This record gives sequence, structure tokens and C-alpha cells, in this order.
Amino acid sequence: MVSPILELTDINKSFGHVQANKNINLKINKGTIHGIIGENGAGKSTLMSIVFGLYQANSGSIKINGKEINLRSPRDSIINGIGMVHQHFMLVENFTVLENIILGFEGETVFGEKLQKAKEDLEKLCQTYNFNIDLDATISDLSVGFRQRVEILKSLYRGAEILILDEPTGVLTPQEVDELFKILRSLKDEGKTIVLITHKLIEIMDLTSEVSVMRQGEMVGHTKTEDTSKEQLAEMMVGRSVLLRVDKKEIKKGETIFKVNNLSVKDDLDVTRVKDVNLEICSGEILGIAGVTGNGQTELLEALSGIRKVESGSIELFGEKISDQNNFLNPRMLKEKGLAHVPEDRQRMGLISDFKAHENLIFGYHDQEPYSKSAILNNKEITEYSNKVMQEYDVRPNSPNLITSNFSGGNQQKIILSRELNENPKVLLVGQPTRGVDIGAIEFIHQRLIDMRDKGAAILLASVELDEILSLSDRIIVMFDGKIVGEKENKNVTDRELGLLMAGVA
Amino acid sequence: MSNIVVDKSKVPWWVSNVIVPLVNLTLALLVSGLFVFIAGENPIEAVKLIIYGSFGYIQGFAYTLYYTTNFIFTGLAFAVAFHCRLFNIGGEGQAYIGGLGVFLVAINLSFLPVPIVWLLAIFGAFLFGAAWAYIPAYLQSKRGSHVVITTIMFNFIASSLMIFLLVDVIRDTNQMAPHTVKLPEEIWLPSFEAFSGILGIKIRYSPLNLTFLLAIASLFFVWFLVWKTKWGYEMRAVGHNTQAAIYAGISPHKNIIIAMCISGGLAGLLGVNEILGVSHKIQAGFPAGYGFTGIAVALMGRNHPIGILPAAFLFGILYQGGSEVTFEMPNITRYMFVAVQGLIILFSGALENLFRPQIESFFVRRLNREVNA
Repeated sequence: MVSPILELTDINKSFGHVQANKNINLKINKGTIHGIIGENGAGKSTLMSIVFGLYQANSGSIKINGKEINLRSPRDSIINGIGMVHQHFMLVENFTVLENIILGFEGETVFGEKLQKAKEDLEKLCQTYNFNIDLDATISDLSVGFRQRVEILKSLYRGAEILILDEPTGVLTPQEVDELFKILRSLKDEGKTIVLITHKLIEIMDLTSEVSVMRQGEMVGHTKTEDTSKEQLAEMMVGRSVLLRVDKKEIKKGETIFKVNNLSVKDDLDVTRVKDVNLEICSGEILGIAGVTGNGQTELLEALSGIRKVESGSIELFGEKISDQNNFLNPRMLKEKGLAHVPEDRQRMGLISDFKAHENLIFGYHDQEPYSKSAILNNKEITEYSNKVMQEYDVRPNSPNLITSNFSGGNQQKIILSRELNENPKVLLVGQPTRGVDIGAIEFIHQRLIDMRDKGAAILLASVELDEILSLSDRIIVMFDGKIVGEKENKNVTDRELGLLMAGVA
Repeated sequence: MSNIVVDKSKVPWWVSNVIVPLVNLTLALLVSGLFVFIAGENPIEAVKLIIYGSFGYIQGFAYTLYYTTNFIFTGLAFAVAFHCRLFNIGGEGQAYIGGLGVFLVAINLSFLPVPIVWLLAIFGAFLFGAAWAYIPAYLQSKRGSHVVITTIMFNFIASSLMIFLLVDVIRDTNQMAPHTVKLPEEIWLPSFEAFSGILGIKIRYSPLNLTFLLAIASLFFVWFLVWKTKWGYEMRAVGHNTQAAIYAGISPHKNIIIAMCISGGLAGLLGVNEILGVSHKIQAGFPAGYGFTGIAVALMGRNHPIGILPAAFLFGILYQGGSEVTFEMPNITRYMFVAVQGLIILFSGALENLFRPQIESFFVRRLNREVNA
């Protein structure tokens, strides 16, 4: 039996209280394309960052060609023949391809012979693998697909035998994906080993010969690709964990109060992330959006809450058009109309971590009475209100004057939630309400959302946690690549069905 | 490399806001003492001279407070912008243009009742300073031109503009120097001499005038604005986390402009002190570096009015006591005190975090031990 080129034994890694990798064992054979698949947050990227020396494992061993090695930094990994292409490229935009590749490995103070030599070597490499890259082009002039090739070329030039690609197709167009796969196959034919991290089942089936599945930090299975199917992999990926079911009354559906017509939205890089989305939410209903992160949910929520400009289409609240491509109401006006928003990323958007808790509890409502009157903040009212809601939402510690960054994630989330729910909104947009929140707080937050629904609010809930979507929603839509690819009443829906839709298979 | 991680929530406020600045200040003064020693003078004697010069006699003390007035304005100016995370280093130019505002209002409206002229002149100073800060603010918020770069450039533009005006447009044509005519004496702000006369103290001359009270009022104004109004709240929100501000429907553009205009306006008030209070005319280069020193004042005062007051007072002492030293000690020149200021900026600004972790962890450990014992 051939010994594997890369062997991981009992790798453990935790960040604070979160264990990102639990007793991971993995063998990767030479000259294969090995897929590692799992949902977001399953621990794939962490594991590969350990192999690339970006993180150090808490315990466990790494062997390359049967020899145990100690990887303290990416430099160690590069020396041992491991290369990694990150999701976000590590390139200097205003350098040329050649300059980027030799960066850190110049080998001479004044460019001359060695640079020339490097250039010749690279040209040879380009020919062997059909890279088709102009070494003197500036990075900023290259398309995303070419930039990725530069990253691959960089790894190869530095002697990579094992090449790790982290979600390589996330940023590519379908044509670029085809080109990339061609390159990867030719690399395999030349005897290189490729590790492909992805959550897209199609890519696994297309490209790999072996596949390992991760779920919630654990390795749940290894198999040869030919012995498995998309359905089977989806099931392994999503798992069958026991749902945190919430007591929920029968739905009392009211009239439609929130409506989205043919909505398209672009992100900051001018890429269309939401494509022609239509949806309606009724009073007293929770509509869940399932989907793998980065399939347009963020941009959708931002557009609906008035943070992001609408590219085309329109949004209606109580039959009144609140935004289209020409004009849109800002978040504060929407709040006055009864639309509240619990943002996905509380650190980045929901809170100001340097503010005191009571300042965050009025954030966005600070210019409404009774918190301020003719522009002067009413401290007495604010403190009274803060004490009240912090008790009601069981925020610990119950001290409105504490700086917000000193609260735990769950308590920070409660601060946001209490703020947004306090005004009894008619429409509530919620993104990842329980991300990084402990179990106790999760139950509490779920119960609050259900209460809001029973009071007649229309709730749109986006979450990457399938359990959460399944236990809270009355209706579920699935987003993939910016489009709604499926809509189901939440009766007898299985997580497997959703998993397939989320992976863009069904 | 020391790598001390301190749990910020456990650090008592007086450690980070009193002890640390004092340690930094002491270090700056010790190094300054070393310079004095190298220059061949006795540092202890120099300190004595500084204290005598700034406190020892009533006129000296009046000078100290006059300098303090200027530093309060420029320190506050920097601090207000900083709460919106804007580095307004254009206080110098804004003060210069603010002076133009005072003069134009006062000379053209001098027929009005005196207190109204004062109020309008103060308003003019604020308005002109704010207008000068508006342009960099607009460029920052709409075009993304960095406010540090533009405010520096606007200092130079202000300086050239004023020279042009002082030479060709508003010069007192009876003489050749670049300054204007004097304002009519009725509308000068009452100086300290007038008050001291009432109190029965006789002093020859002092530049201290009623503007000092305006400076104290400005301290209250800034405190109220930044911490007690929704405007201050929004400015701080934009400064701390622009993304979150957008989420809450707070406009970064609007707040950048408001913060810079208030900042520029406060710097402009320096013109009230200099023109309505002291020289009664615009002289070329009257802001004399107060705008820049204001940055150090704000940094030392941790951008809070309660800190800015003592910091401004300290710089007032250094200015006044420093000039005393240069009279008495031939080896110490005016520039030595520029160096001392530089050292204070270095230690309380750039090297602010040099000793902070050690000091904070020291106190956290000590206090914990007391709790446990």
C-alpha cells in the first residue's frame, strides 16, 4: 500500500470556546484531486489553514510523505511543498504578475540574472499547464479568473506538490470555472496533488476522485467519489441532527404587507448578487431564507432595509412603494414606517462596540421621542428604558453604562434584538439571529421571534442554520446564486431536500 | 517584545485618564530637562523660572491665561472633529480666516450697540472658520479626498490669501506693514486691566480679556454637543463605525460636514481673542502656530473638554514660563520651547501606548489583589 502524501491525525483546534476542528483524521493520496465538502462553518477552511501553517493546531500531527513535520508558518509549509490559493487573493494590485510571483523569493538585491531566470522558469510552467498568462501584465488589469491563475502559478513556482484551493469557484464565471478545471486536471496528470475545499456538490462530482465530508468541526465520512452520489453527500453534509423545535401556534396568516417585485441588487464590486427576486410576506408569518452564505442573502436584506441601492425592481410596504432604482427611503424613514432590521453582522453593523450599552439601545431610534427632544438626548428616559429592556431581555450584566464590547456575543445580540423589537415593528428583517450565540440565548431569541409573529408581524428570516429555518419558518425559500431556486411550505420538508436546493443541485 | 494584554473593562478610569497622561508628561519634561542641562543651564532653575513666570506675579499669570484661551479654542476644534474620526489639522488656517470674519463684522457694523457687535463678531469668527473647514469636509465626504491632506493645503491657502488681502485689499494704507487699521476703541473687548482696576489691583498691561470666558463657555458647549445631543451622538457613531451608522440611517456625509464646520468654527474663535481682544487689527501670521499646538492639547486632553482645560493651561504655562526662561537664560532660545512642545506631543501622542499596557496591568493586578485579600 502506498503511503499518502499528506496525513492528518487527531487534529484539534479551538478558537475560544468554539471548537472548529475535532479529532480530524485525513489521508490524501498523491496525484489525486481530493474534495473536502461541508457547509459554511463546518471547519474546512480552518483545517486547511492549519495545513498551510496559518494556524497552529492545539493537538494532533501532520505527516508529509510519511514524515512528521511541524508547521509554524506558511513559510514552513511552502518549504514542505504545500501551496494554498485563498478565497481572497493575496496579490499586490499594482505589481506585475512576475513581481507578485517572486515577491519574498527575489533572491537578489538588484534585479538581474535571477529575475531573468525566474521569468524563463515561469514561462516554461505556463506552457506546461496552458496558463496563457502575460507575465508583465499588471494585476489590476487582470480579470478574477486570471488572478486566480497567478495564485496557482505562484504556488507552483515555489515548488508546491500539494495545492490547496479554498472555494476557488466562488468568484468565477461559468466559463472561468471550466478553464480552471482544465488546469486542475492537467496539474493532476503531471502528478500534483490537489485539495479542493468547496460546498458545491457539482464540483465534487465533476472533478474529484476522493471526497471527505465535514460537519460542525468533525470529519463525518471519506469515500471514493465514484461510490457516492450528490444526494448521499448532501445528506452527510447537512446531517440529521435533532432539531431545536420551538413551540409554535398554528399560523394566523393576515394580509400581505411586504412585497418584493423583480428585485436585482449589486454589491460594492458592482457584481449582481440578487437576481430578479420576487417575494411576499404576510402579517403573522415567518418566511425563512435558506442558503449557503454568499448567495445574495446579505445584499437582499441590505436592499430591503434601505442600506443598499436597488438596481432594478421595487419593494412595497403596505402597498406603498418604498424603493426602486430611482429613489429609496433611508433606514430611519423605514423604521418610522414600522420596518425593523436585525443585521447579519452585529459587530460591523448592528452595534458600535465602543459605545455604552444604553447608547446602543437607542441606536437608530435616538432622534425619536422620548429618547431625544429637540435634538437633546434625554438621559433620564434613556436610562429608564435601558434598565427596563435589559431586564426584560435578560441582558447580562445588567449595566447600561458598560461599554458594549465587554458583553458576550449572545448578550450583544440581545441588545440589538431588544432595540429592534421594542417598537413592535410591522415588518422585521432578521439575518443570522443566533450566529455565535450560546444555546440558552438561542432559545430565548427564537421564542421572541415567534412571539412577534403571533403578534402579527411579518418576519423575514435569513439564516445559514438549516435547523433554525426549519424550526421557525412557516414558509421557506432557498437562495442560490442570487436567485430563488425553491419555495416550500414548511410541512414535511426535509433538510435533505433543502440541502440539495442550497447546493444548486435540484 | 512585551505582549501585555489588559482587560480594558477592569482598568479604573483614573488610571487611563489621569495616571497615564501624567506619566507621559513627566517623561517629556524629564527629557526636556536633559536638553536644558546639555545646553549648559540648570534644569531646576529653569523649572523655577517657568513657575515664577507663569504664576509668580499677576501679569505673568494673566499672560498664562491668555495663552490658555487660545489653546482651548484650537484644542476643542481638533477634538470635535476627532470624535467623528476626522484629523482636522487645519486649525491654523481656520483660525486665520476666522480672524478675517471678526474684523470684517466688527469694522462694518461698529455703529451698532457694542454688545451686539461683539456677538455678531463672535458669530462672524465662527462662520468664517466653519466655511474654511467646509471645503475640505465637502471634499472628504463627497470625493474621498483625505481631510488631513486638504486641511494642510488649506492652511497654506489661507496664509497666502490673507497675505494677499493684507497687502493689497485691507491694508491700513497709511503705512507699509501688512496689517489693517485698528478697530474703533469702543468695541474692543474689555481686558483684564479694566477688571483688575475694579478689584483694586494695578497692572500695566495684559492681553487677557473677556474672550477667556468665551473659551470656558466653549468647553461647556463642546461637552454638551458631543455627549448630550443627538448631533454629537450621530457624529460619534459615524466616527466609530461608519457601516453601523449607515445601518441606523445616519448620514456619514452630513456628519462629516457638521463635525468639520463646528471644528473650524471653534478654531475661528481664536480670532476673537486676538483681534477683538488683543491687537484690534489683523496682523499677518497672527495664529502663530496655536492651531498646530491645539492638536497636542487635544491629544493630551484625550479629546474631552475636562482634559483639554488642564492641557491648555499646561501649554499656557509653557508658553509664558518659557518666554521668561529665554529672557533669563541666554543659552535657552525660543526654539528650545518648541522642542519641549514637540516632546510633549511625542510622549502623549505618538508614544501614548508606550507605557499604557504596563501601567494599566500594574493597577489591574494591584487592585485585584486588594479585592482578593
